[in-house]
Amino acid sequence: MIQLTINGVRQSFDGDPEMPLLWYLRDGLGLTGTKFGCGIGVCGSCVVHQNGAAVRACMTPVRVAAGAEIVTIEALGSGHEGGLHPVQKAWMAHNVPQCGYCQAGQIMQAAALLKSTPHPTDADIDQGMAGNICRCGTYQRIRGAIKAAAGEAV
Amino acid sequence: MNRIENLSRRGFLQGVLSTGAFVLGAQFVPEALLSAPSDGRATADAGLGAAGDPVGATAFHPNVFVGLEPDGTVVIVAHRSEMGTGSRTSLPRIVADEMEADWSRVRIVQATGDAKYGNQDTDGSHSVRSFFEAMRVYGATARTMLVQAAALQWNVPASECQASPEPHVVTHVPTGRTAGYGELAAAAARLPVPPKESLQLKPRSEWRYIGKDASIFDLQDICTGKAGYGMDAHREGMLFASVEHPPVLGGKVASLDDSDALKVPGVRQTVAIEPFKPPHAFQPLGGVAVIADNTWAAFQGRRKLKINWDNGANASFNSDAYRKELEQTVRQPCKVAWNRGDVDAEFAKGAKTLEAGYYVPLLAHASMEPPVAVAEYRDGRVEAWAPTQDPQAVQETVGQVLGVPKENVLCHVTLLGGAFGRKSKPDYVAEAAVLSKKTGRPVKVVWTREDDIKFDYYHTVAAAYMKAALGANGMPTAWLQRSAFPPIGSTFELNNTYGSGGELGMGWTDTPFAIPNLRAENGPAAAHVRIGWLRSVANIYHAFAVQSFAAELAHEAGRDQLDYLLALIGPDRVIDKKNLGADYDNMGADYKDYPVDTARLRRVAELAAEQSGWGKRKLGPGQGMGIAAHRSFVTYVATVVQVEMDQQGKVRIGRVDSAVDTGTVVNPDSVRNQMEGAAVFGASLAKYGEITATNGAINQGNFTDYGMCRINEAPREIHVHIVQSDAPPAGVGEPGVPPFAPALCNAIFAATGKRVRELPLTRSGLA
Repeated sequence: MIQLTINGVRQSFDGDPEMPLLWYLRDGLGLTGTKFGCGIGVCGSCVVHQNGAAVRACMTPVRVAAGAEIVTIEALGSGHEGGLHPVQKAWMAHNVPQCGYCQAGQIMQAAALLKSTPHPTDADIDQGMAGNICRCGTYQRIRGAIKAAAGEAV
Repeated sequence: MNRIENLSRRGFLQGVLSTGAFVLGAQFVPEALLSAPSDGRATADAGLGAAGDPVGATAFHPNVFVGLEPDGTVVIVAHRSEMGTGSRTSLPRIVADEMEADWSRVRIVQATGDAKYGNQDTDGSHSVRSFFEAMRVYGATARTMLVQAAALQWNVPASECQASPEPHVVTHVPTGRTAGYGELAAAAARLPVPPKESLQLKPRSEWRYIGKDASIFDLQDICTGKAGYGMDAHREGMLFASVEHPPVLGGKVASLDDSDALKVPGVRQTVAIEPFKPPHAFQPLGGVAVIADNTWAAFQGRRKLKINWDNGANASFNSDAYRKELEQTVRQPCKVAWNRGDVDAEFAKGAKTLEAGYYVPLLAHASMEPPVAVAEYRDGRVEAWAPTQDPQAVQETVGQVLGVPKENVLCHVTLLGGAFGRKSKPDYVAEAAVLSKKTGRPVKVVWTREDDIKFDYYHTVAAAYMKAALGANGMPTAWLQRSAFPPIGSTFELNNTYGSGGELGMGWTDTPFAIPNLRAENGPAAAHVRIGWLRSVANIYHAFAVQSFAAELAHEAGRDQLDYLLALIGPDRVIDKKNLGADYDNMGADYKDYPVDTARLRRVAELAAEQSGWGKRKLGPGQGMGIAAHRSFVTYVATVVQVEMDQQGKVRIGRVDSAVDTGTVVNPDSVRNQMEGAAVFGASLAKYGEITATNGAINQGNFTDYGMCRINEAPREIHVHIVQSDAPPAGVGEPGVPPFAPALCNAIFAATGKRVRELPLTRSGLA
């Protein structure tokens, strides 16, 4: 039995400890905001926060997350004004999404970036966001939204 | 054709609207949708059912609904799929504008697949073009009836009442008395529908939403993880499936050992899916499905399958050898698709000639959401939840594969996590339906990224050969263009090897150059993989050849590329349709409303150039600018790309300027977003896009070997310039793509002197 906290709720997992966190979140808990994109950690659609850091849920076996605090897109805005994290607000103000499928991962990655680098340069954004693919090509708006959220994100 | 009916008491939209609601239904069938499809699908449709003519010409089938609740909530049904282009927002905003509805009180409900809606296949960049006028009439009808309801209630002439400027309210002008839309719902529901001729559409100057920036309807849900994609569909008691497909198209299982797979915890069973009966069309590929209690277990079980395949005839397909065949094909005379004057006579005069060959490989769609679907089979009926561009094709395909009438197939359309043409083909939904029938449970089929890349309906591989004779002023006196590519028709018809009129009409039989002698030809090419539509389709390889060759001629003539391109386009003129290719279909758009107008093409080229600083910008060593202009989906786009070569000789794309004339714009921000995305999509295919095959099996499998631009590899700045226009609305989702690759390669030539004639740039070490 593996214990972990997901979006502030204690969970006990008794399945295959090698199962990636992604599938426990999606199939086990119905937290479908975290998306499946590549399955090998190269597209970023599945980014969640593990103890505050961005991790790829598709490459994180549940056993590795034992005892961890996991936050998914569904709870990113908890405790923020209007239930929206500043990065989410910036994403909305910049009309970033097209299809939107990758955006939960993009937002989670950007929130983690701003936590470690509150005022990122373009090079910081390139480096911090290069692991997240957007097939619709919304990168220019992602960059703009991150800059707008810089300094406000906590 | 345009009929509207008051459906308030007919029980439409039960469960969505309350019984006191005012409901209008309408039949809007754009003429274009009743004509033959443009891209080789007619054959397929004949095989699959009646998608080519989904609506009887005389029977009344309401296809769009607006409902008004007594509390004032307006419910608008979106009958086309949302894959990121914004049509789920744009079309309802057109209705709301004419209705004078308050957008903040509009709720959008997604339609299921049903022939009563007319064509729902969300492709070809025509949702707004085909439904713009219909949506306006529809909104105006609702507004007119609400005004009449108020007038009756107040016992005053309707001419004294109006529904603006304040939205969602009818005002009696002489007294200032008002009634909210919600209060009027019940009265409006009892009124007859006014004839279309009696409606007064709003003048352009009073448009409330059309032409104004708007956020997409699902914005907050997307940003908070609440939006529902196909990947998120769920049914109580559902099982999860992952399918091992034959590695080669047409392959079959020779032997199967599933004993290890069945030992994986959570795996319940394996199920064989029958191979398709050729032509493959939208049928499942066949193979072996692993059924499990969760997605992960299904994936794990699949890895333990031991299958020997009988690969069949397509195992002879090797993409390198195939390329040579294609290139040989276009070096020989091919079938003439369009002719003006006599190029042979001109070539025979002995003037200077230039020749070049171009090549674009197979491409995969790779939408971020791989194919996925949930289906539940019960007592001869199927209910499906799918990210599909074409829910009626789901009904037809599932019906055909399971042997049930298509009317017994209910398809719920989720949001699509990208599609780009892939999700017009519902093979993956049919897999879920087959597996549900065989297991007796709802089944979710999840394709892995590897499944998506290896078993796509690929954008076709194409070779082109170009030849021109140059006159004394450096301008061509004769221009010959030949292309060969396995056509989309091969997916629907055996031995279909020539491009259809629709495919050739995408930039091959409509080249808008003022050249006296011009001939377009097309050669045969057999398909060995599934071929399908990908964002902007045949325009990709046609524009690459035409716009690259135009720049090559400019160089040969010692002229500025922009000046030369403008000279090729020639004097402003509307080209007579008779002077285009015989099968030219103009994407189904009425040619009188959407002619080839060279003035509009010239204007976007000039605008993009001007905004980019063409000819004025100081460029350092290793820097260059290139331009390309192309009309597709009846929209005109010109793109200027600026590049810089880094120390490793790789290209970095700096600034992009795209000018677009797409007629009347509903949501400018959506147009900008689509054009920005098209630049990235174009950059991805130009730099990295390549699918290859060895012995019939696809070599690529994930983003590691089928690359696409990441944030650090995408164009750094994309500036979109929208031409203000009162022309009818045209396509937006696709036309930004075709000019990008040639503009990029023209920029690379300017920067390096190296002419790129094959994509992707990784082949020549430039990316």
